[in-house]
Amino acid sequence: MSYQVDEKGYYGDFGGAYIPEMLYPNVEELRRQYLDIMKEESFQKEFKELLRDYVGRPTPLYYAERFSKKYGTKVYLKREDLCHTGAHKINNTVGQILMAKRLGKNRIIAETGAGQHGVATATVCALMGIECIVYMGEIDIDRQAPNVARMKMLGATVIPAKSGSRTLKDATNEAIRDWINNPVDTHYIIGSVVGPHPYPDMVARFQAVISEEIKVQLKEKENRENPDYVVACVGGGSNAAGAYYHYLDTPEVGIIAVEAAGKGIDSGKSAATSVLGKEGIIHGSKTLLMQSEDGQITEPYSISAGLDYPGVGPMHANLFRSGRGEFISITDEAAMKAGLQLAKLEGIIPAIESSHALAIFEDRKFKEDDIVVVNLSGRGDKDLSTYIDYFQL
Amino acid sequence: MNRIKNTLSQDKKLLSIYFTAGYPEPEDTVSIIKDLEKNGVDFIEIGLPFSDPLADGPTIQESSGVALKNGMTTKKLFQQLDGIREEVEIPLIIMGYFNPILQFGVEEFCKRCAAVGIDGLIIPDLPVEEYNEKYRVIFEKYGLSNIFLITPQTSEERIRFIDSVSEGFIYMVSTASVTGSTKGFTQETRDYFRRISEMKLRNPQIVGFGISDEETYGQATEFAKGAIIGSAFIKHLNSSGKQDISGFVKRIRPV
Repeated sequence: MSYQVDEKGYYGDFGGAYIPEMLYPNVEELRRQYLDIMKEESFQKEFKELLRDYVGRPTPLYYAERFSKKYGTKVYLKREDLCHTGAHKINNTVGQILMAKRLGKNRIIAETGAGQHGVATATVCALMGIECIVYMGEIDIDRQAPNVARMKMLGATVIPAKSGSRTLKDATNEAIRDWINNPVDTHYIIGSVVGPHPYPDMVARFQAVISEEIKVQLKEKENRENPDYVVACVGGGSNAAGAYYHYLDTPEVGIIAVEAAGKGIDSGKSAATSVLGKEGIIHGSKTLLMQSEDGQITEPYSISAGLDYPGVGPMHANLFRSGRGEFISITDEAAMKAGLQLAKLEGIIPAIESSHALAIFEDRKFKEDDIVVVNLSGRGDKDLSTYIDYFQL
Repeated sequence: MNRIKNTLSQDKKLLSIYFTAGYPEPEDTVSIIKDLEKNGVDFIEIGLPFSDPLADGPTIQESSGVALKNGMTTKKLFQQLDGIREEVEIPLIIMGYFNPILQFGVEEFCKRCAAVGIDGLIIPDLPVEEYNEKYRVIFEKYGLSNIFLITPQTSEERIRFIDSVSEGFIYMVSTASVTGSTKGFTQETRDYFRRISEMKLRNPQIVGFGISDEETYGQATEFAKGAIIGSAFIKHLNSSGKQDISGFVKRIRPV
């Protein structure tokens, strides 16, 4: 049994393409072509060159000595925080902009929550000279002013999503509506491993460079390709999908997914989808999602804007249901402490999303000779004001 | 004979109205249905409100939001519709997104639909392939017609496939847009209406999206069997309440 997508676009029970007919031609065009395009030599060449020269890959695999010593195990950090624009998100936007060009699209739309994916999309659109429209919840626009300014500097048009709860899920709805209204010339760059097939698989493949590099780097450092565990935070789950990708079907590598418990699982203010979600349909995919008994999608909460999504990618829903992945929820408080601790122990200020993954070591114990790779998905610059408020810095 | 097929066999152009259940007031569902029938509407789509209606423009989104705030649920809709067949004869179709139906249980949902006298379903985000593979048997067991959408971008091959799976009519989306567009129809759109009519499909076509007045209704029904009005009716309810439903219907289709 494989944990990769099957030919019908499912990961076990999850995935598929639950989309209105208006989206069918676009999604079908992509489904028919994405694998062939990705296999083209010219595509691979261009993708790899941009990842190297523009994004700054490979990102280091760094042995966190003081952190390891504190927790009595061997911890490596995969430094996605050192990517251009500050997070792993750009791996996917570089891939998708090249895909869009080959599909002959001249207009790009994207959704964004905290603004990281919006910035990564605006960046590659500037690089390619392609029109870029980013949908962002009205509430998020107020909360994330610096990223809104970045997108504008990069030439993107930021359109506020004013429907529903006016956050990420509504920005995604608005982007999908835009795609319905512009079915011919537009490509939708989804930022996570969510949405209708083939998006979860395509985004995972673009992010797979993370685990591809881990294999090579770990071989150099430890003379083995496989760590004992790979740990990543999961909102929609794109950095996790990339970090797990080449280990999914290697059972000796433990997969640990860290979700945001917010103010606590039972507090009513949480984003821990695996615990609180039920099977359903969100943004074109069958997956686990937080919803009312009546099937209305509920609004999640996390201090980290990148983790408060009411669903989770279908790959992760399957890792959870099958037991292949170990799922841990981390509260705001534990994550914030872990972020501050990494700054003091290693001189690295992580994004609050990534801080969730770092926080598991307090309770989840590993053996002394275990090799644990934590995907440090982003840097903390964007979260400075949250850190300042939280710790009264 | 199934009420939908009966209505479609009438020798006239049909007018269907969509409204969101539980809007503007939670208990308006049944009275709006009765008023629409009394004023000559041929069949009705009852919108099951959803928090994230992907294919809908601002008007229907807002009505869904209000209905949900009013406490509308799937369970409540079935309670309201209980006994409707003692008073209403025209076909009734529920239009809703798939997630609330999935949570209710697809079989339980179909069973309740059949029990209260619903004739068909329109579920925009349930693709025809999934329906065919997993749910068709259940829908057919309870005698429900599932209505599929086609758009100007749908290929001829796919239209033929959808026609082969459909029982009732084909919901022909007028233009590439979400619901509630009021721009009027271009020559290109009218050519599309003609093209589909010339395909001589098994199922008649009913046009929806972008129909808001007598002119667009007339253009839509030039080649198709009928047309559906949604957002324009919701706007009417919003501005005039339930008072002048007869006036609204007469403005679309003067007697």
